[in-house]
Amino acid sequence: MAGGAVSIKNVDKYFGDFHVLKNINLEIKENEFFSILGPSGCGKTTLLRIIAGLEEVDSGDVLLDGESIVHLPPNKRPVNTIFQNYALFPHLTVYENIAFPLRLKKLSESEIKERVGWLLNLVRLEEHAKKKPHQLSGGQKQRVSLARALANEPRVLLLDEPVSALDAKLRQELLIELDNLHDKVGITFIYVTHDQAEAISISDHVAVMNNGEIVQYGTPFEIYESPANSFVATFIGETNLMKGDVVDLPSENYVVVEFPLLGRIVCYRDKPVNVGDTVLVTLRPEKIRITHNRPTFIDSTPVNILHGKVDEAIYMGYQTKYFIRTDGGYILRVYKQHASYLLDEKIIQWKDEVFLFWNPDDSFIVEVERS
Amino acid sequence: MKKTSAINEGYRKYGLVYLLWLFVFFVIPVFSILTYSFLSRDYMGGVVFKFSLQGYKDVFVKSYLVVFFRTVLLSILAAAISIVLAIPVAYYISNHRWKNFLLLLVIIPFWTNSLIRIYAWIFVLGNNGLINQFLLRIGLVKTYIQFMYNNFAVVLILVYTYLPFAILPLFSSIERLEKQLFEAAMDLGCTKRQVFFKVLLPNIKQGIISAFVFVFIPSIGTYAVPELVGGKNSRMVGNEIARQLTVAKNWPAAAAISSILLIITIVAVLVFMYGGERRETR
Repeated sequence: MAGGAVSIKNVDKYFGDFHVLKNINLEIKENEFFSILGPSGCGKTTLLRIIAGLEEVDSGDVLLDGESIVHLPPNKRPVNTIFQNYALFPHLTVYENIAFPLRLKKLSESEIKERVGWLLNLVRLEEHAKKKPHQLSGGQKQRVSLARALANEPRVLLLDEPVSALDAKLRQELLIELDNLHDKVGITFIYVTHDQAEAISISDHVAVMNNGEIVQYGTPFEIYESPANSFVATFIGETNLMKGDVVDLPSENYVVVEFPLLGRIVCYRDKPVNVGDTVLVTLRPEKIRITHNRPTFIDSTPVNILHGKVDEAIYMGYQTKYFIRTDGGYILRVYKQHASYLLDEKIIQWKDEVFLFWNPDDSFIVEVERS
Repeated sequence: MKKTSAINEGYRKYGLVYLLWLFVFFVIPVFSILTYSFLSRDYMGGVVFKFSLQGYKDVFVKSYLVVFFRTVLLSILAAAISIVLAIPVAYYISNHRWKNFLLLLVIIPFWTNSLIRIYAWIFVLGNNGLINQFLLRIGLVKTYIQFMYNNFAVVLILVYTYLPFAILPLFSSIERLEKQLFEAAMDLGCTKRQVFFKVLLPNIKQGIISAFVFVFIPSIGTYAVPELVGGKNSRMVGNEIARQLTVAKNWPAAAAISSILLIITIVAVLVFMYGGERRETR
């Protein structure tokens, strides 16, 4: 199999008066694992259906390896879809479901047998070949639909929230399986999800969508570490999003922001700002260190230090989520990873007085409102 | 456990009442028809309580076999045409925003007496009916076309009368189907035609069987339709039963025809139910 590159050019789509997709442009490279991530109703599934041919565009173009496929019906596109509810044919066995697209192509019985056998092996369902869909578990059904979609040797596989109907543990397993499958079959995967953890864990590139627009495009690392705006910052992972005013510009890289209830904090200056601007600053909870004793620093790296009290401590096993009320009264989220829980000098508990500190690079500006 | 058995006990009581009702109004009449068919004829009407096979002998003649054959054929035709018409209608309704309202529209004709609805067709199809008047007015024909009093009219009115019985079971089986199956089929390479034959039809097989049985059974026993819109050569079994009973005063023969009709019906239902069942559990 060989994957195809998909380009989406200036695609617009309306449902009645509702502008579902607003001038979408995307370049998806061949053989990559690409995710379209966004909250429900953002238009991500519509975009996927447009690539599949199940929905028509109002304007714009969809190209596969440089050739327009926008006017081809779904059965003429070298693209196959994994549906959220599996969409297995209830009247056919697992074997016949996978053989379905091959029979349409009028392949010989021996060719079909060989190909279906290979696919059953790929998704590890050999012993279930004779079962009907209603006899399978959710994870097995999804693996059948994977095998069926791959039977046609598509250039691009579209996955519409393929694991969202499964329970958490199974979801993790199937994600890893999808990743392995992607490496094995070597075609382009376009994966639509509302779950940021899924998207950033398996994708080469992610497009974040909101209200019918692509708000950010990048690698999972870029999207998590430098969100383009406050929507991306809060949608991907968890964060402390704080609003304050710029009061000083001490150096080329840093800016001092005055936050209500928090006071003055040194933030990273990755956007042009002036004194007096109102800014939104994001600070990931896991970037904040938390200790009982006031930290001491040898070098002169600027560090933000705050003092507060534990308002809430939620023990999660692998980490504890602390809600710290600072002396000013602001509640900050701080996540402490338990690399060696029992070896920590003293476990931080509810009502403890604590110090918080973090590198100013980790608190950075995501949005600027000009004064 | 105790609670459920108490509920079961209650159901059993109601079940008993229903069984009694069935016995008095269904089992006894059917049994008496079967009995009458083996009794002797009283020429004034009614029967003489003496065993005889004359009723069946009277019926097993060529003219009656033709009627039986015609009845089964017209009923199959009506059922088949109903299904062909009902599938697109049921599909359309199941995809419509106002499906409940549309279903109500399907059922509304039942609020009117069927005889009146059959008479209404005479105004449409008759020699001075709407269609003929229209055709004469625009000059398409010189003289009226005979739509009425033939097999065409019988099948047409049967389909008209029993079409809702085909739409309803087909609707419920199409409604149950996940619409994404059709998209998946297109995605995997089906043309629209192939989606219909390879995905829709096999998945609504149970609905098709039900629709067939629901139209076939009332059609095979119909009396009013051929009586009102049929001609000499479109008499059906129901009309023969009535004639034996009222005109010929041959009650054993009427009972014999009824018994044969009963057997044909049972066989037909079993064939369809069993045929569908076996495929389903394959």
